[in-house]
Amino acid sequence: MGEPGTSEVLHLEDLEVTGGLHTGRRHILSIVVENKPGVLARIAGLFARRGFNIESLAVGTTDDPTISRVTLTVDGANHRIDQVTKQLHKLVNVIKIRDLEPEDAVARELALLKVSADESTRAQVLQVAEIFRASVVDVSKRSVTIEVTGPDDKVEALEKMLRPYGLIEMVRTGEIAVSRGRTAT
Amino acid sequence: MRAVDAIMESLKAEGVDVVFGIPGGANLPTYDALYDAGIRHVLCRHEQGAGHAAEGYAKATGKVGVALATSGPGATNLVTAIADAIMDSVPTVFLTGQVRTDLMGTDGFQEADITGMTLPIVKHSFQIQDPREIPQRIHEAFHIARTGRPGPVLVDIPQDLSRADIPYEPSDSVALPGYRPTTEGNVKQIRLAAKALANARRPVIYAGGGIVNANASEELVELCTSDRFPVTCTLMGLGAFPAPHEQWLGMLGMHGTRAANYAMDEADLICCIGARFDDRITGKLSEFAPRAKFIHIDIDPAEISKNVPAHIPIVGDAKAILPKLTREYRALEADSGRLDGWLERINGWKEKYPLGYEDSEDSEIKPQYMIQAIYEATGGDAIITSDVGQHQMWTAQWFHFNKPRKWINSGGLGTMGFGLPSALGAQVGKPDEPVICVAGDGSVQMCSQELATCVAENIPIKVFIMNNGYLGMVRQWQELFWDKRYSQVDMGTTPDWVKLAEAYGATGMRATKKEDLVGQMKEAIATPGPVVLDVHVTKEENCYPMIPAGQAARDMVG
Repeated sequence: MGEPGTSEVLHLEDLEVTGGLHTGRRHILSIVVENKPGVLARIAGLFARRGFNIESLAVGTTDDPTISRVTLTVDGANHRIDQVTKQLHKLVNVIKIRDLEPEDAVARELALLKVSADESTRAQVLQVAEIFRASVVDVSKRSVTIEVTGPDDKVEALEKMLRPYGLIEMVRTGEIAVSRGRTAT
Repeated sequence: MRAVDAIMESLKAEGVDVVFGIPGGANLPTYDALYDAGIRHVLCRHEQGAGHAAEGYAKATGKVGVALATSGPGATNLVTAIADAIMDSVPTVFLTGQVRTDLMGTDGFQEADITGMTLPIVKHSFQIQDPREIPQRIHEAFHIARTGRPGPVLVDIPQDLSRADIPYEPSDSVALPGYRPTTEGNVKQIRLAAKALANARRPVIYAGGGIVNANASEELVELCTSDRFPVTCTLMGLGAFPAPHEQWLGMLGMHGTRAANYAMDEADLICCIGARFDDRITGKLSEFAPRAKFIHIDIDPAEISKNVPAHIPIVGDAKAILPKLTREYRALEADSGRLDGWLERINGWKEKYPLGYEDSEDSEIKPQYMIQAIYEATGGDAIITSDVGQHQMWTAQWFHFNKPRKWINSGGLGTMGFGLPSALGAQVGKPDEPVICVAGDGSVQMCSQELATCVAENIPIKVFIMNNGYLGMVRQWQELFWDKRYSQVDMGTTPDWVKLAEAYGATGMRATKKEDLVGQMKEAIATPGPVVLDVHVTKEENCYPMIPAGQAARDMVG
């Protein structure tokens, strides 16, 4: 355990167990916070210290301008997430946390994909976009930019379809989510 | 009113009568306001010393300790004290100056992003952005520092904002929608805990610094004596339960007693109150108390089931919960006879494995004897602070603390250099009690400049240096676990502590003979003003018993 009490050499394989192992389910955390400077740094720091990699992060105000909502997704890592949520609760600016089960939540993100498209391929690209109910927001002689909304797997599927045409760049917002049913998230 | 004058009014409204600190460029306005504010200021020699002094003051009095520093290096010098305060849950407020708002983020002279760099080690922090918010932020800082699980709060105030003219309105409101500590404790859970205690055949009560913070010592004694429950305390909890008591097992953990550690090992129920199953307590986690179920009472829900899963968690303030638990337990009228076998076994351990050491046959002063001598010289009635290392563990073992807030040391962070400035702070808070710093010759050098503060402010602490010329605890580990390869632990014989004390204007004394020690200590205590007593002890003595790191309680050695 890296205790100085033993002079035995640690083998690197023994260290692997605690580092970067991804197990368990994916978590969508919906965190209601006071809209104050530094809140995001406090939240992000807690995840970093516990070895969680934040997959996506979206921040925006709510219907109350003094309150913001942070939605972040993390892969279920080796550590138990409840330690992080308990520590998050201790942050003075954090008002409420909800760990959303993916099946009990509606999650959406928006992505912009800039794709190479000239006269010979433009029609095919637009056809793919149409299948995904994505819309074209910019077009030039040699490219189109497509906007898509949906759960993250839909965005990933569209990306996969467009990549062969030459994906110049892609920008994603990160998921936001609300719980299903009438009760507030 | 200038914002800085509003700061003074706010501090006074929070009951602050003394602050520790050092002025500098960015907090010049604050110090101008302090000039005639009617608050005592103790001018320290290093901001780390000011921070630890604020901690010592807080630990001795139970009030919030306050330290002031300027921007940049002043603020970064506070970082060790802030980290110490979060680890040991010390109610403290740190006020730092910051460069002007137009310079912030430009690498201005003496600029450091102190709120950014202290994010992981504060309970909360505020960076002032509008001078009109100052009174309320100060009030909130004190509220957060002292309620719930206490801790350090930083308020960073840019220099230009502190000069602003603002309307001062005393603030007693807090706008903290995300901060609502649970205090009362769930009644059903408390009832369940009482039943578990009544059914336990081998129970142990394991109490920590949370009892001291909650001022719940009497309530702890009430619970423990509602039956014949054996009690052990952590390093931070010493004094929460009176040491001479027949139910007292001694401290537990790495350098705890065998009786305490074996009892934890064999217990069927462990009732943990205000402690956190730190690795210095549990040793090898997978073999810790393998037969036990756990009741865990703590004000911080994040501590529950962090290291050891709790069967009966109770979140709340020990002072509110313990009387209810005692009442529920008494109502069950459990048969105390069920504990006979268990207590017999524990008493067997106590008799067979008392704390001990081999005394010298000549005049040599054994370090353990030095602590016994302090007990004899003071009658056990003194505030004792310590640095970190062997001397700290020996003090914990041999000075039988019987009241709370008499033992002030750095447990969680293990900060060498803590002892002298925290003694200074404790003495300021408790001017009528003798305050003794038991220091190591290695660690005391990390903050020895505060002797100047003690002399200048006539703060009559007594510093008893356990001088073995080594970084003793590191030397012990090198001897036991690293084949006696003594790497960089020999501190030599410098400085000459008597001369150093005299150079500062304090009294310097030296003790080298066992037979003179108690008398010299009494003399030091009777001498007005600060005194340094350099006690030469056995150079290579090990602190036992000990659970080797990463091993289980039953593997204790020594």
